[in-house]
Amino acid sequence: MNGRFGEYGGQFVAETLVGPLQELEEEYQKALLDPEFTAELDKLLKMFVGRPTPITELHRLGATENGVKLWLKREDLTHTGAHKINNSIGQALLARRLGKKQIIAETGAGQHGVAVAAACAYLGLEATVYMGRVDAERQAPNVQRMELLGARVELVDLGTATLKDAINAAIREWIARPDTTHYLLGSVVGPHPFPTIVRNFQSVIGREARAQFLEENDRLPDAVVACVGGGSNAAGMFSAFLDDPVRLVGVQAAGEGKGGQCGHAAPLLYGDPGVLQGTRTYLLQDDDGQIQLTHSIAPGLDYAGVGPEHSHYKDTGKVEYISASDNEALDAFVALSSQEGILPALESAHAVAGALKVARQCAPGSTVLVNLSGRGDKDLTSAMAALKQREENAR
Amino acid sequence: MKRIEQTFTDNRTKDETTLVAYITSGYPLLGETVGLISAAVEAGADVIELGVPFSDPLGDGPVIQATGQAALDTGTTAAATLDVVAEARAAGVEAPIVLMGYCNPFLRYGLTQLYDDARSAGVDGFVVPDLPVSEGAEWLAHAEANELGQTFFTAPGSSAERIAASAAASRGFLYVLAANGVTGVRKDLDPGLDAYLERVRAAGDTPMAVGFGISRPEHVASLHGKTDGVIVGSALLQAIGAARDAAGRRQAVTGLISSLKAATR
Ligand SMILES: Cc1ncc(COP(=O)(O)O)c(C=O)c1O
Repeated sequence: MNGRFGEYGGQFVAETLVGPLQELEEEYQKALLDPEFTAELDKLLKMFVGRPTPITELHRLGATENGVKLWLKREDLTHTGAHKINNSIGQALLARRLGKKQIIAETGAGQHGVAVAAACAYLGLEATVYMGRVDAERQAPNVQRMELLGARVELVDLGTATLKDAINAAIREWIARPDTTHYLLGSVVGPHPFPTIVRNFQSVIGREARAQFLEENDRLPDAVVACVGGGSNAAGMFSAFLDDPVRLVGVQAAGEGKGGQCGHAAPLLYGDPGVLQGTRTYLLQDDDGQIQLTHSIAPGLDYAGVGPEHSHYKDTGKVEYISASDNEALDAFVALSSQEGILPALESAHAVAGALKVARQCAPGSTVLVNLSGRGDKDLTSAMAALKQREENAR
Repeated sequence: MKRIEQTFTDNRTKDETTLVAYITSGYPLLGETVGLISAAVEAGADVIELGVPFSDPLGDGPVIQATGQAALDTGTTAAATLDVVAEARAAGVEAPIVLMGYCNPFLRYGLTQLYDDARSAGVDGFVVPDLPVSEGAEWLAHAEANELGQTFFTAPGSSAERIAASAAASRGFLYVLAANGVTGVRKDLDPGLDAYLERVRAAGDTPMAVGFGISRPEHVASLHGKTDGVIVGSALLQAIGAARDAAGRRQAVTGLISSLKAATR
């Protein structure tokens, strides 16, 4: 592992963290070669997480767009309700190998926090989860779940009190206690080796989905679509299709839908390369290199940076990055629920909204596989409020 | 860089600890920074470490975070900080001044332009806390080309190899993190500090300065002979922040720096 994705990635961290990151990388390498580790991970993915998750064919959504067939990879059906658990269980096992009982984590939507809390409870580790106060308010059910699952939730008031600020708080805590603590980072962001480790733990999504799709259709999908916040569900999904003649599309959060430097969380569309939280990647920043405020209705996508691997895929054209606005995501949230009986997370609703755009560009009869990264129970309050607001504004 | 080396050499000869004073550029106001630098130097600071504020300072605790945010709120940038240094030079400040800042604002400025402009403004070196040696090649090349210092770090948990690498790569001085964690005032120095300082000392002859948690004359006095320099930051900014007006802020700097200086001998 060299930690570079083209000119992106790297390890821009305080000297204090260089040793612990190296230790993590070495332990991970050892674990990969240890049949006991892989066997235990496989067992937990099956018996605790509930894998494999199915793929589901949609019958109405997308059918009006050129007669394109949409399929969903159902990460919403994992234990705790999002793909985050794939990585949490893997890293929790690594932490145990490292002899670290204290786990810290950041969370945006709360899904990673819940996954960490559950994994730690199951494996007998102690979890502390940092969460921006704004996110804690808009994802209140997940705060309760984390606490019930035995995690300590630390609210973060810095900055915009969202995901980036929660990551800052977690990293500062890790710098203070690097010897006893494992930082269980929840996406393919941060310093090397996190982007690689997290992607590899999430690659189970792509491996399963590709095989399942082939099994059902005797062919590969024409396009594969996933939402991109930090980019872990997308990286895991895409990893199985990189050598295939398949169009890969990442969907970022367009927020208010006006582009420019603010009011969204789409660094891959509107940002420039820079260094944030240990990695070189596309960022939303001003002319002086200060990180910009972001906005998305989906807390898990509300982030000024993105995983370095995606920055590389953007530059090389391996993956196309498009965006979906708050409004488009809300439409998809309602449509998938009412027309297909599946309630998506607002993050995943961005993927569905993006997939409908892709479907419009596809030849009739094409198939599009969408990673439904999580379920939407956590979003009911904020989505219903946003829908009501939208109705009132329309009057 | 010459000025940094000269300062450490002179103080070694005199058996005095080099006192490095950290000030956040633009805190509380850009117009006061030159005055605060002068006050620190007049009171005995040997080196000024001038902080360029960043929105996400991962190595800093609440005190320096807050000063950085206040400085950003009043429009402090890397460019404005270079102007501060040029003004300080015009005002007769001769002490070495190193710029402390996180990667991103510097990268955004452009490294070629930055090092060039820094040299012209009278900057002596750079301290970049999120730049370990493994990522530092390009920065070092610019520092060398402009005869500027480039400071790398050691941490309490750094292996012998990493300490050696940071010491060897550093130009000017090596920053020895006294403790794990972020910047901030700490009541006591770590009990394991002496042994760690000996390990760093053994790694080479690059002047070393100890920072993080140094806030009182007793800390400085207890480090005499164990390090070439000490760095004081949060305590100084706290003193500045507690004063009521510009004159009070200068006095606060004079008061704290003089008392720390007395402990360097
Ligand atoms: C359901 C769901 N999807 C997607 C994301 C975005 O993360 P990533 O881009 O790393 O998959 C989150 C993050 O919280 C999430 O909860």
